[in-house]
Amino acid sequence: MIEIRNLTKRYGSFLAVDDITFEVEKGKILGFLGPNGAGKTTTMRIVTGFMPPTKGTAVVSGFDVVDNPLDVKRRIGYMPETPPLYVDMTVEEYLNFAARLKQIPAKEVKGAMELACEKVDLNNVLSKVIKALSKGYKQRVGLAQAIIHDPEVLILDEPTIGLDPIQIREVRELIRSLAGEHTIILSTHILPEVDMICDEVVIIQNGKIIAKDTPDGLSKSMKGAERLTVVVEGPTEEVSSVASATEGVNSILESTAENGHCSLVLECDFKFHVRKSLSNVFSKKGWSLLEMKVKESTLEDVFIHMMSSSEEEEV
Amino acid sequence: MKNVITIFNREFRSYFSSPIAYVVIGLFLVLTGVFFYLLMSSFLQYSANLQWQAARMRQPAPPVNVNHMIIRPLFSNISVITLFVVPMITMRSFSDDKKTGTLELLLTSPVTTAQIVAGKFLAAFSLYVIMALLTWVYPLVIVFFGDPDVMPVAISYIGILGMGAASVGIGVWISSMTENQIISAMGTFVVLLFLWLVGWFANFSSGAIGGFFQYLSIVEHFDDFAKGIFDTGHLMYYLSLCGITLFLAHQSIESLRWRS
Repeated sequence: MIEIRNLTKRYGSFLAVDDITFEVEKGKILGFLGPNGAGKTTTMRIVTGFMPPTKGTAVVSGFDVVDNPLDVKRRIGYMPETPPLYVDMTVEEYLNFAARLKQIPAKEVKGAMELACEKVDLNNVLSKVIKALSKGYKQRVGLAQAIIHDPEVLILDEPTIGLDPIQIREVRELIRSLAGEHTIILSTHILPEVDMICDEVVIIQNGKIIAKDTPDGLSKSMKGAERLTVVVEGPTEEVSSVASATEGVNSILESTAENGHCSLVLECDFKFHVRKSLSNVFSKKGWSLLEMKVKESTLEDVFIHMMSSSEEEEV
Repeated sequence: MKNVITIFNREFRSYFSSPIAYVVIGLFLVLTGVFFYLLMSSFLQYSANLQWQAARMRQPAPPVNVNHMIIRPLFSNISVITLFVVPMITMRSFSDDKKTGTLELLLTSPVTTAQIVAGKFLAAFSLYVIMALLTWVYPLVIVFFGDPDVMPVAISYIGILGMGAASVGIGVWISSMTENQIISAMGTFVVLLFLWLVGWFANFSSGAIGGFFQYLSIVEHFDDFAKGIFDTGHLMYYLSLCGITLFLAHQSIESLRWRS
Protein backbone atom coordinates (compact mmCIF):
# COMPACT_ATOMS: atom_id res chain seq x y z
CA MET A 1 0.00 0.00 0.00
CA ILE A 2 2.72 2.43 1.00
CA GLU A 3 6.26 1.82 -0.16
CA ILE A 4 9.08 4.08 0.84
CA ARG A 5 12.45 3.46 -0.76
CA ASN A 6 15.73 5.15 0.15
CA LEU A 7 13.92 8.32 1.07
CA THR A 8 16.24 11.24 1.80
CA LYS A 9 15.39 14.85 2.60
CA ARG A 10 17.97 17.54 3.00
CA TYR A 11 17.32 21.10 4.16
CA GLY A 12 20.40 22.94 3.07
CA SER A 13 23.18 21.15 4.90
CA PHE A 14 20.83 19.58 7.45
CA LEU A 15 19.92 15.97 6.73
CA ALA A 16 16.39 15.56 8.09
CA VAL A 17 15.65 12.12 6.67
CA ASP A 18 18.52 9.83 5.80
CA ASP A 19 17.90 7.00 3.38
CA ILE A 20 14.94 5.29 5.00
CA THR A 21 13.08 2.34 3.51
CA PHE A 22 9.91 0.69 4.80
CA GLU A 23 6.56 -0.60 3.68
CA VAL A 24 3.08 -0.69 5.12
CA GLU A 25 0.64 -3.40 4.08
CA LYS A 26 -2.99 -2.72 3.37
CA GLY A 27 -5.14 -2.39 6.46
CA LYS A 28 -2.21 -2.21 8.89
CA ILE A 29 -1.30 0.48 11.38
CA LEU A 30 2.32 1.51 11.38
CA GLY A 31 3.64 3.41 14.38
CA PHE A 32 6.33 5.89 13.61
CA LEU A 33 8.27 6.41 16.76
CA GLY A 34 11.07 8.76 17.60
CA PRO A 35 12.11 11.76 19.68
CA ASN A 36 11.16 15.25 18.56
CA GLY A 37 13.09 16.35 15.52
CA ALA A 38 13.86 12.80 14.40
CA GLY A 39 12.33 13.33 10.97
CA LYS A 40 8.87 11.88 11.52
CA THR A 41 6.92 14.88 10.31
CA THR A 42 9.24 15.39 7.35
CA THR A 43 8.73 11.80 6.22
CA MET A 44 4.98 12.12 6.56
CA ARG A 45 4.92 15.37 4.66
CA ILE A 46 6.78 13.72 1.83
CA VAL A 47 4.33 10.81 1.74
CA THR A 48 1.39 13.24 1.59
CA GLY A 49 2.92 15.11 -1.32
CA PHE A 50 3.32 18.30 0.69
CA MET A 51 7.00 18.43 -0.17
CA PRO A 52 9.17 16.42 -2.54
CA PRO A 53 12.04 14.21 -1.33
CA THR A 54 15.64 15.11 -2.14
CA LYS A 55 16.26 11.50 -3.14
CA GLY A 56 14.35 8.24 -3.15
CA THR A 57 10.71 7.44 -3.81
CA ALA A 58 7.45 7.17 -1.95
CA VAL A 59 4.67 5.20 -3.62
CA VAL A 60 1.10 5.22 -2.33
CA SER A 61 -1.35 2.70 -3.85
CA GLY A 62 0.88 2.44 -6.88
CA PHE A 63 1.23 6.19 -7.45
CA ASP A 64 4.52 7.98 -7.02
CA VAL A 65 4.18 11.13 -4.90
CA VAL A 66 6.41 13.17 -7.19
CA ASP A 67 5.07 11.99 -10.55
CA ASN A 68 1.36 11.76 -9.69
CA PRO A 69 0.83 14.06 -6.72
CA LEU A 70 -2.89 14.58 -7.36
CA ASP A 71 -3.61 10.84 -7.52
CA VAL A 72 -1.77 10.36 -4.27
CA LYS A 73 -3.51 13.27 -2.57
CA ARG A 74 -6.91 11.93 -3.59
CA ARG A 75 -6.13 8.69 -1.74
CA ILE A 76 -4.63 10.18 1.39
CA GLY A 77 -6.19 11.69 4.45
CA TYR A 78 -3.69 13.72 6.44
CA MET A 79 -3.90 15.23 9.85
CA PRO A 80 -0.91 17.43 10.67
CA GLU A 81 0.26 17.92 14.21
CA THR A 82 -1.87 21.03 14.60
CA PRO A 83 -5.22 20.36 12.97
CA PRO A 84 -5.55 22.65 9.93
CA LEU A 85 -8.77 24.39 10.90
CA TYR A 86 -10.42 27.56 9.69
CA VAL A 87 -11.45 28.70 13.14
CA ASP A 88 -13.99 31.25 11.92
CA MET A 89 -16.12 28.56 10.31
CA THR A 90 -18.65 26.29 11.95
CA VAL A 91 -17.85 22.58 12.03
CA GLU A 92 -20.46 21.96 9.36
CA GLU A 93 -19.14 24.68 7.02
CA TYR A 94 -15.60 23.47 7.49
CA LEU A 95 -16.38 19.83 6.76
CA ASN A 96 -18.44 20.86 3.76
CA PHE A 97 -15.43 22.80 2.48
CA ALA A 98 -13.09 19.88 3.18
CA ALA A 99 -15.42 17.47 1.38
CA ARG A 100 -15.53 19.66 -1.71
CA LEU A 101 -11.81 20.33 -1.59
CA LYS A 102 -11.29 16.58 -1.67
CA GLN A 103 -13.53 16.35 -4.70
CA ILE A 104 -16.42 14.41 -3.29
CA PRO A 105 -19.24 14.76 -5.86
CA ALA A 106 -21.80 17.38 -4.76
CA LYS A 107 -24.55 14.80 -4.25
CA GLU A 108 -22.46 12.69 -1.91
CA VAL A 109 -21.11 15.51 0.24
CA LYS A 110 -23.93 15.32 2.75
CA GLY A 111 -23.63 11.57 3.19
CA ALA A 112 -19.85 11.76 3.56
CA MET A 113 -20.18 14.48 6.19
CA GLU A 114 -22.72 12.47 8.18
CA LEU A 115 -20.56 9.36 8.07
CA ALA A 116 -17.41 11.19 9.15
CA CYS A 117 -19.25 12.95 12.00
CA GLU A 118 -20.70 9.63 13.10
CA LYS A 119 -17.25 8.04 13.19
CA VAL A 120 -15.60 10.76 15.25
CA ASP A 121 -18.71 11.66 17.22
CA LEU A 122 -19.14 15.29 16.24
CA ASN A 123 -22.89 15.44 15.73
CA ASN A 124 -23.62 17.58 18.78
CA VAL A 125 -21.24 20.40 17.82
CA LEU A 126 -21.99 20.68 14.08
CA SER A 127 -23.31 24.23 14.24
CA LYS A 128 -20.64 25.54 16.61
CA VAL A 129 -17.86 27.83 15.48
CA ILE A 130 -14.57 25.92 15.57
CA LYS A 131 -12.90 28.69 17.59
CA ALA A 132 -15.21 27.89 20.50
CA LEU A 133 -14.46 24.16 20.62
CA SER A 134 -12.25 22.43 23.16
CA LYS A 135 -8.93 21.02 22.09
CA GLY A 136 -10.31 17.49 22.01
CA TYR A 137 -13.12 18.47 19.68
CA LYS A 138 -10.77 20.42 17.45
CA GLN A 139 -8.64 17.31 17.16
CA ARG A 140 -11.72 15.35 16.17
CA VAL A 141 -12.68 17.90 13.55
CA GLY A 142 -9.17 17.53 12.17
CA LEU A 143 -9.62 13.79 12.10
CA ALA A 144 -13.04 14.09 10.45
CA GLN A 145 -11.44 16.22 7.76
CA ALA A 146 -8.86 13.50 7.15
CA ILE A 147 -11.35 10.64 6.82
CA ILE A 148 -14.18 12.48 5.05
CA HIS A 149 -13.30 11.24 1.56
CA ASP A 150 -12.82 7.67 2.83
CA PRO A 151 -9.15 7.61 1.84
CA GLU A 152 -7.23 4.39 1.42
CA VAL A 153 -4.36 5.78 3.44
CA LEU A 154 -4.48 7.83 6.61
CA ILE A 155 -1.48 9.76 7.87
CA LEU A 156 -1.78 11.05 11.41
CA ASP A 157 0.92 13.21 12.93
CA GLU A 158 0.76 12.82 16.71
CA PRO A 159 -3.02 12.44 16.83
CA THR A 160 -3.29 12.28 20.62
CA ILE A 161 -1.02 15.16 21.54
CA GLY A 162 -2.56 17.63 23.96
CA LEU A 163 -5.63 15.59 24.78
CA ASP A 164 -6.80 14.54 28.24
CA PRO A 165 -6.59 10.84 29.19
CA ILE A 166 -10.21 10.07 28.35
CA GLN A 167 -9.97 11.77 24.98
CA ILE A 168 -6.72 9.95 24.29
CA ARG A 169 -8.43 6.64 24.91
CA GLU A 170 -11.29 7.60 22.63
CA VAL A 171 -9.02 8.70 19.82
CA ARG A 172 -7.00 5.50 20.12
CA GLU A 173 -10.12 3.39 19.92
CA LEU A 174 -11.21 5.39 16.93
CA ILE A 175 -7.92 4.84 15.15
CA ARG A 176 -8.05 1.13 15.94
CA SER A 177 -11.54 0.96 14.47
CA LEU A 178 -10.39 2.69 11.30
CA ALA A 179 -7.71 0.10 10.58
CA GLY A 180 -8.68 -2.66 8.20
CA GLU A 181 -10.44 -0.36 5.78
CA HIS A 182 -7.68 2.19 5.94
CA THR A 183 -3.95 1.81 5.98
CA ILE A 184 -2.59 4.07 8.67
CA ILE A 185 0.74 5.66 9.46
CA LEU A 186 0.80 7.26 12.86
CA SER A 187 3.60 9.17 14.46
CA THR A 188 4.03 9.51 18.16
CA HIS A 189 6.56 9.71 20.90
CA ILE A 190 4.25 8.06 23.41
CA LEU A 191 5.32 4.44 23.74
CA PRO A 192 2.24 2.77 25.25
CA GLU A 193 0.31 4.17 22.33
CA VAL A 194 2.36 2.17 19.89
CA ASP A 195 1.98 -0.90 22.06
CA MET A 196 -1.77 -0.49 22.11
CA ILE A 197 -2.69 0.39 18.58
CA CYS A 198 0.06 -0.41 16.13
CA ASP A 199 0.71 -3.56 14.13
CA GLU A 200 4.21 -2.51 13.28
CA VAL A 201 6.73 -0.04 14.64
CA VAL A 202 9.45 1.89 12.95
CA ILE A 203 11.81 3.69 15.28
CA ILE A 204 13.61 6.62 13.77
CA GLN A 205 16.32 8.82 15.14
CA ASN A 206 18.31 11.60 13.49
CA GLY A 207 16.60 10.70 10.23
CA LYS A 208 17.68 7.06 10.31
CA ILE A 209 15.63 3.95 10.98
CA ILE A 210 17.13 2.20 13.99
CA ALA A 211 14.53 -0.54 14.42
CA LYS A 212 11.65 -2.02 12.48
CA ASP A 213 9.47 -4.76 14.01
CA THR A 214 6.14 -5.53 15.66
CA PRO A 215 5.66 -4.07 19.15
CA ASP A 216 5.86 -7.59 20.67
CA GLY A 217 8.93 -8.43 18.66
CA LEU A 218 10.68 -5.33 19.89
CA SER A 219 9.93 -6.10 23.53
CA LYS A 220 11.07 -9.71 23.03
CA SER A 221 14.31 -8.68 21.44
CA MET A 222 15.14 -6.94 24.71
CA LYS A 223 14.35 -10.01 26.76
CA GLY A 224 17.69 -11.62 25.95
CA ALA A 225 18.73 -9.65 28.98
CA GLU A 226 16.17 -9.62 31.73
CA ARG A 227 16.13 -7.41 34.77
CA LEU A 228 15.67 -8.75 38.21
CA THR A 229 14.89 -6.90 41.41
CA VAL A 230 15.92 -8.73 44.60
CA VAL A 231 15.52 -7.66 48.20
CA VAL A 232 17.61 -9.62 50.68
CA GLU A 233 18.10 -9.35 54.42
CA GLY A 234 21.89 -9.26 54.75
CA PRO A 235 25.02 -7.12 54.53
CA THR A 236 24.99 -5.15 51.32
CA GLU A 237 28.57 -5.62 50.20
CA GLU A 238 28.60 -9.35 50.75
CA VAL A 239 25.23 -9.81 49.10
CA SER A 240 26.43 -7.85 46.12
CA SER A 241 29.59 -9.84 45.71
CA VAL A 242 27.76 -13.15 46.06
CA ALA A 243 25.12 -12.05 43.56
CA SER A 244 27.62 -10.90 40.98
CA ALA A 245 29.52 -14.18 41.30
CA THR A 246 26.40 -16.16 40.42
CA GLU A 247 26.37 -17.65 36.94
CA GLY A 248 24.16 -15.68 34.56
CA VAL A 249 24.31 -12.33 36.35
CA ASN A 250 25.85 -9.84 33.98
CA SER A 251 25.97 -6.77 36.16
CA ILE A 252 24.46 -5.00 39.13
CA LEU A 253 22.65 -1.91 37.99
CA GLU A 254 21.64 -0.54 41.37
CA SER A 255 22.17 -1.45 44.96
CA THR A 256 20.62 0.27 47.95
CA ALA A 257 20.70 -0.55 51.63
CA GLU A 258 17.91 0.19 54.06
CA ASN A 259 17.11 -1.11 57.56
CA GLY A 260 19.44 -4.08 57.16
CA HIS A 261 17.78 -4.92 53.84
CA CYS A 262 19.63 -4.67 50.67
CA SER A 263 17.89 -4.31 47.39
CA LEU A 264 19.59 -4.93 44.08
CA VAL A 265 18.67 -4.53 40.45
CA LEU A 266 20.47 -7.12 38.38
CA GLU A 267 20.85 -7.55 34.69
CA CYS A 268 20.79 -11.24 33.96
CA ASP A 269 21.24 -13.45 30.97
CA PHE A 270 17.99 -14.96 29.81
CA LYS A 271 19.48 -18.40 29.14
CA PHE A 272 20.40 -19.29 32.73
CA HIS A 273 18.09 -20.13 35.62
CA VAL A 274 19.30 -17.15 37.53
CA ARG A 275 16.38 -16.89 39.92
CA LYS A 276 16.76 -20.49 41.06
CA SER A 277 20.51 -20.29 41.65
CA LEU A 278 20.22 -16.94 43.41
CA SER A 279 17.64 -18.17 45.91
CA ASN A 280 19.79 -21.26 46.56
CA VAL A 281 22.90 -19.21 47.18
CA PHE A 282 21.14 -16.77 49.49
CA SER A 283 19.52 -19.52 51.57
CA LYS A 284 22.90 -21.32 51.93
CA LYS A 285 24.32 -18.09 53.36
CA GLY A 286 21.40 -17.86 55.76
CA TRP A 287 20.02 -14.58 54.33
CA SER A 288 16.29 -14.41 53.89
CA LEU A 289 15.06 -13.55 50.46
CA LEU A 290 12.27 -11.00 50.91
CA GLU A 291 11.42 -10.17 47.36
CA MET A 292 12.36 -11.15 43.85
CA LYS A 293 10.65 -10.02 40.69
CA VAL A 294 11.31 -9.87 36.99
CA LYS A 295 11.06 -6.45 35.50
CA GLU A 296 9.28 -6.79 32.15
CA SER A 297 11.00 -4.65 29.61
CA THR A 298 8.51 -2.28 28.05
CA LEU A 299 8.75 -0.50 24.77
CA GLU A 300 10.01 2.39 26.84
CA ASP A 301 13.10 0.40 27.72
CA VAL A 302 13.51 -0.69 24.13
CA PHE A 303 13.26 2.85 23.00
CA ILE A 304 15.71 4.25 25.51
CA HIS A 305 18.04 1.32 25.02
CA MET A 306 18.06 1.85 21.27
CA MET A 307 18.41 5.59 21.49
CA SER A 308 21.37 5.34 23.80
CA SER A 309 23.07 2.53 21.91
CA SER A 310 22.72 4.30 18.60
CA GLU A 311 24.11 7.45 20.17
CA GLU A 312 27.09 5.49 21.47
CA GLU A 313 27.74 4.16 18.00
CA GLU A 314 27.83 7.67 16.65
CA VAL A 315 30.26 8.78 19.33
CA MET B 1 -12.63 24.95 -12.25
CA LYS B 2 -14.66 23.27 -9.51
CA ASN B 3 -11.66 23.46 -7.23
CA VAL B 4 -11.24 27.16 -7.93
CA ILE B 5 -14.90 27.71 -7.04
CA THR B 6 -14.52 25.72 -3.81
CA ILE B 7 -11.57 27.85 -2.71
CA PHE B 8 -13.23 31.03 -3.93
CA ASN B 9 -16.40 30.30 -1.94
CA ARG B 10 -14.58 29.77 1.30
CA GLU B 11 -12.34 32.80 0.88
CA PHE B 12 -15.13 35.08 -0.18
CA ARG B 13 -17.38 34.04 2.70
CA SER B 14 -14.56 34.49 5.18
CA TYR B 15 -14.43 38.19 4.29
CA PHE B 16 -18.02 38.54 5.39
CA SER B 17 -17.88 36.25 8.42
CA SER B 18 -15.17 38.51 9.84
CA PRO B 19 -15.53 42.28 10.08
CA ILE B 20 -12.98 42.83 7.30
CA ALA B 21 -15.43 43.25 4.42
CA TYR B 22 -17.67 45.66 6.31
CA VAL B 23 -14.80 47.74 7.68
CA VAL B 24 -13.03 47.95 4.34
CA ILE B 25 -16.14 48.79 2.33
CA GLY B 26 -17.38 51.22 4.97
CA LEU B 27 -14.04 53.00 5.19
CA PHE B 28 -13.76 53.20 1.44
CA LEU B 29 -17.24 54.65 1.00
CA VAL B 30 -16.70 57.22 3.74
CA LEU B 31 -13.42 58.38 2.18
CA THR B 32 -14.77 58.53 -1.36
CA GLY B 33 -17.93 60.19 -0.02
CA VAL B 34 -15.89 62.94 1.61
CA PHE B 35 -14.04 63.59 -1.64
CA PHE B 36 -17.29 63.60 -3.57
CA TYR B 37 -18.80 66.11 -1.16
CA LEU B 38 -15.77 68.40 -1.38
CA LEU B 39 -15.73 68.25 -5.17
CA MET B 40 -19.45 68.96 -5.31
CA SER B 41 -19.15 71.91 -2.93
CA SER B 42 -16.30 73.52 -4.79
CA PHE B 43 -18.10 72.97 -8.07
CA LEU B 44 -21.24 74.69 -6.71
CA GLN B 45 -19.22 77.56 -5.37
CA TYR B 46 -17.45 77.95 -8.67
CA SER B 47 -20.64 77.89 -10.76
CA ALA B 48 -22.40 80.29 -8.35
CA ASN B 49 -19.45 82.64 -8.74
CA LEU B 50 -19.67 82.43 -12.50
CA GLN B 51 -23.38 83.15 -12.45
CA TRP B 52 -22.93 86.12 -10.17
CA GLN B 53 -20.19 87.55 -12.39
CA ALA B 54 -22.30 86.93 -15.49
CA ALA B 55 -25.26 88.67 -13.91
CA ARG B 56 -23.08 91.66 -13.04
CA MET B 57 -21.92 91.87 -16.67
CA ARG B 58 -25.53 91.37 -17.83
CA GLN B 59 -24.47 88.42 -19.90
CA PRO B 60 -25.63 84.75 -19.96
CA ALA B 61 -23.58 82.48 -17.71
CA PRO B 62 -20.98 80.42 -19.59
CA PRO B 63 -21.54 76.63 -19.55
CA VAL B 64 -19.52 74.58 -17.06
CA ASN B 65 -18.35 71.06 -17.64
CA VAL B 66 -19.36 68.59 -14.88
CA ASN B 67 -17.33 65.81 -16.41
CA HIS B 68 -14.23 67.90 -16.26
CA MET B 69 -14.90 69.41 -12.85
CA ILE B 70 -16.37 66.54 -10.86
CA ILE B 71 -16.26 63.16 -12.54
CA ARG B 72 -12.66 63.22 -13.64
CA PRO B 73 -11.18 64.30 -10.31
CA LEU B 74 -13.61 62.04 -8.47
CA PHE B 75 -12.34 58.94 -10.24
CA SER B 76 -8.74 60.04 -9.83
CA ASN B 77 -9.39 60.27 -6.10
CA ILE B 78 -11.13 56.91 -6.01
CA SER B 79 -8.19 55.33 -7.80
CA VAL B 80 -5.78 56.69 -5.19
CA ILE B 81 -7.98 55.65 -2.27
CA THR B 82 -8.08 52.06 -3.54
CA LEU B 83 -4.30 51.95 -3.12
CA PHE B 84 -4.82 52.40 0.60
CA VAL B 85 -7.67 49.93 0.89
CA VAL B 86 -6.37 47.01 -1.20
CA PRO B 87 -3.71 46.00 1.37
CA MET B 88 -6.49 45.50 3.91
CA ILE B 89 -8.34 43.21 1.52
CA THR B 90 -5.38 41.05 0.61
CA MET B 91 -3.40 40.97 3.85
CA ARG B 92 -4.99 37.72 5.03
CA SER B 93 -5.01 35.95 1.71
CA PHE B 94 -2.12 33.52 2.12
CA SER B 95 -0.62 34.88 5.35
CA ASP B 96 -3.45 33.57 7.49
CA ASP B 97 -3.25 30.09 5.95
CA LYS B 98 0.47 30.03 6.51
CA LYS B 99 0.15 31.07 10.11
CA THR B 100 -2.67 28.72 11.16
CA GLY B 101 -1.39 25.75 9.16
CA THR B 102 -4.43 25.52 6.91
CA LEU B 103 -2.08 25.93 3.97
CA GLU B 104 -1.01 22.38 4.76
CA LEU B 105 -4.61 21.27 4.24
CA LEU B 106 -4.78 23.03 0.89
CA LEU B 107 -1.43 21.72 -0.29
CA THR B 108 -2.17 18.12 0.69
CA SER B 109 -5.59 18.16 -0.99
CA PRO B 110 -6.02 17.15 -4.62
CA VAL B 111 -5.87 20.71 -5.94
CA THR B 112 -3.06 22.44 -7.81
CA THR B 113 -1.27 25.51 -6.54
CA ALA B 114 -2.54 27.44 -9.54
CA GLN B 115 -6.12 26.67 -8.52
CA ILE B 116 -5.46 27.84 -4.98
CA VAL B 117 -3.91 31.11 -6.19
CA ALA B 118 -6.76 31.65 -8.66
CA GLY B 119 -9.44 31.02 -6.02
CA LYS B 120 -7.84 33.37 -3.54
CA PHE B 121 -7.25 36.10 -6.11
CA LEU B 122 -10.82 35.92 -7.41
CA ALA B 123 -12.23 36.14 -3.89
CA ALA B 124 -10.19 39.24 -3.04
CA PHE B 125 -10.87 40.79 -6.43
CA SER B 126 -14.62 40.17 -6.09
CA LEU B 127 -14.66 42.03 -2.80
CA TYR B 128 -12.78 44.85 -4.53
CA VAL B 129 -15.30 44.90 -7.39
CA ILE B 130 -18.25 45.10 -4.98
CA MET B 131 -16.53 47.89 -3.08
CA ALA B 132 -15.61 49.85 -6.22
CA LEU B 133 -19.02 49.50 -7.85
CA LEU B 134 -20.79 50.73 -4.72
CA THR B 135 -19.54 54.19 -5.69
CA TRP B 136 -22.09 54.25 -8.53
CA VAL B 137 -24.31 56.51 -6.40
CA TYR B 138 -21.95 59.47 -6.88
CA PRO B 139 -22.19 59.59 -10.67
CA LEU B 140 -25.91 58.89 -10.30
CA VAL B 141 -26.36 62.04 -8.23
CA ILE B 142 -24.68 64.00 -10.98
CA VAL B 143 -26.82 62.39 -13.68
CA PHE B 144 -29.85 63.27 -11.61
CA PHE B 145 -29.03 66.96 -11.16
CA GLY B 146 -26.84 67.63 -14.16
CA ASP B 147 -26.17 66.52 -17.65
CA PRO B 148 -22.83 64.69 -17.73
CA ASP B 149 -21.39 62.55 -20.47
CA VAL B 150 -22.02 58.96 -19.31
CA MET B 151 -19.46 57.20 -21.48
CA PRO B 152 -16.42 58.50 -19.54
CA VAL B 153 -18.01 57.19 -16.33
CA ALA B 154 -18.24 53.67 -17.78
CA ILE B 155 -14.67 53.88 -19.07
CA SER B 156 -13.46 55.10 -15.69
CA TYR B 157 -14.98 52.04 -14.08
CA ILE B 158 -13.14 49.80 -16.53
CA GLY B 159 -9.96 51.57 -15.43
CA ILE B 160 -10.82 51.19 -11.75
CA LEU B 161 -11.38 47.45 -12.20
CA GLY B 162 -8.17 47.02 -14.22
CA MET B 163 -6.20 48.87 -11.61
CA GLY B 164 -7.85 46.74 -8.94
CA ALA B 165 -6.85 43.52 -10.68
CA ALA B 166 -3.25 44.71 -10.69
CA SER B 167 -3.16 45.91 -7.10
CA VAL B 168 -5.03 42.88 -5.70
CA GLY B 169 -2.55 40.71 -7.62
CA ILE B 170 0.30 42.53 -5.90
CA GLY B 171 -1.39 42.07 -2.53
CA VAL B 172 -1.92 38.33 -3.04
CA TRP B 173 1.69 37.95 -4.09
CA ILE B 174 3.06 39.81 -1.06
CA SER B 175 0.82 37.84 1.30
CA SER B 176 2.14 34.58 -0.16
CA MET B 177 5.59 35.53 1.09
CA THR B 178 4.86 36.11 4.77
CA GLU B 179 2.80 34.59 7.53
CA ASN B 180 2.45 37.95 9.23
CA GLN B 181 -0.63 39.92 8.22
CA ILE B 182 0.85 43.27 9.22
CA ILE B 183 3.96 42.72 7.13
CA SER B 184 1.71 41.55 4.33
CA ALA B 185 -0.43 44.71 4.48
CA MET B 186 2.55 47.04 4.96
CA GLY B 187 4.51 45.41 2.14
CA THR B 188 1.59 45.68 -0.25
CA PHE B 189 1.04 49.28 0.74
CA VAL B 190 4.69 50.18 0.16
CA VAL B 191 4.76 48.52 -3.25
CA LEU B 192 1.55 50.25 -4.31
CA LEU B 193 2.78 53.57 -2.97
CA PHE B 194 6.00 53.12 -4.91
CA LEU B 195 4.06 52.40 -8.09
CA TRP B 196 2.11 55.58 -7.47
CA LEU B 197 5.03 57.86 -6.61
CA VAL B 198 7.20 56.55 -9.40
CA GLY B 199 5.08 58.73 -11.71
CA TRP B 200 6.41 61.81 -9.93
CA PHE B 201 9.98 60.65 -10.27
CA ALA B 202 9.28 60.49 -13.97
CA ASN B 203 8.71 64.26 -13.98
CA PHE B 204 12.23 64.87 -12.70
CA SER B 205 14.03 62.46 -14.97
CA SER B 206 14.22 62.57 -18.70
CA GLY B 207 14.70 60.27 -21.64
CA ALA B 208 14.32 56.52 -21.46
CA ILE B 209 14.45 56.35 -17.66
CA GLY B 210 11.72 58.95 -17.31
CA GLY B 211 9.59 57.11 -19.83
CA PHE B 212 10.15 53.86 -18.01
CA PHE B 213 9.14 55.36 -14.67
CA GLN B 214 6.13 56.90 -16.31
CA TYR B 215 5.16 53.53 -17.72
CA LEU B 216 5.61 51.83 -14.36
CA SER B 217 3.28 54.18 -12.52
CA ILE B 218 0.01 52.51 -11.67
CA VAL B 219 -1.88 55.81 -11.36
CA GLU B 220 -0.41 57.36 -14.49
CA HIS B 221 -2.12 54.65 -16.52
CA PHE B 222 -5.42 55.56 -14.97
CA ASP B 223 -5.39 59.19 -16.20
CA ASP B 224 -6.64 58.32 -19.65
CA PHE B 225 -9.46 56.21 -18.26
CA ALA B 226 -10.54 59.11 -16.04
CA LYS B 227 -10.55 61.38 -19.08
CA GLY B 228 -12.86 58.94 -20.81
CA ILE B 229 -10.26 57.63 -23.21
CA PHE B 230 -10.26 53.88 -23.58
CA ASP B 231 -6.77 52.69 -24.47
CA THR B 232 -6.18 48.93 -24.55
CA GLY B 233 -2.49 49.60 -23.86
CA HIS B 234 -3.31 50.77 -20.34
CA LEU B 235 -5.60 47.80 -19.77
CA MET B 236 -2.82 45.51 -20.97
CA TYR B 237 -0.48 47.10 -18.43
CA TYR B 238 -2.90 46.31 -15.61
CA LEU B 239 -3.63 42.80 -16.82
CA SER B 240 0.02 41.93 -17.32
CA LEU B 241 0.89 43.30 -13.88
CA CYS B 242 -1.88 41.11 -12.47
CA GLY B 243 -0.66 38.08 -14.42
CA ILE B 244 2.97 38.55 -13.39
CA THR B 245 2.17 38.96 -9.70
CA LEU B 246 -0.10 35.90 -9.66
CA PHE B 247 2.65 33.92 -11.34
CA LEU B 248 5.07 35.10 -8.64
CA ALA B 249 2.55 34.14 -5.94
CA HIS B 250 2.33 30.69 -7.50
CA GLN B 251 6.12 30.37 -7.51
CA SER B 252 6.42 31.53 -3.93
CA ILE B 253 3.89 28.93 -2.71
CA GLU B 254 5.52 26.20 -4.79
CA SER B 255 8.93 27.11 -3.42
CA LEU B 256 7.63 26.48 0.11
CA ARG B 257 7.50 22.83 -0.79
CA TRP B 258 11.14 22.84 -1.73
CA ARG B 259 12.46 24.98 1.07
CA SER B 260 10.30 24.93 4.18
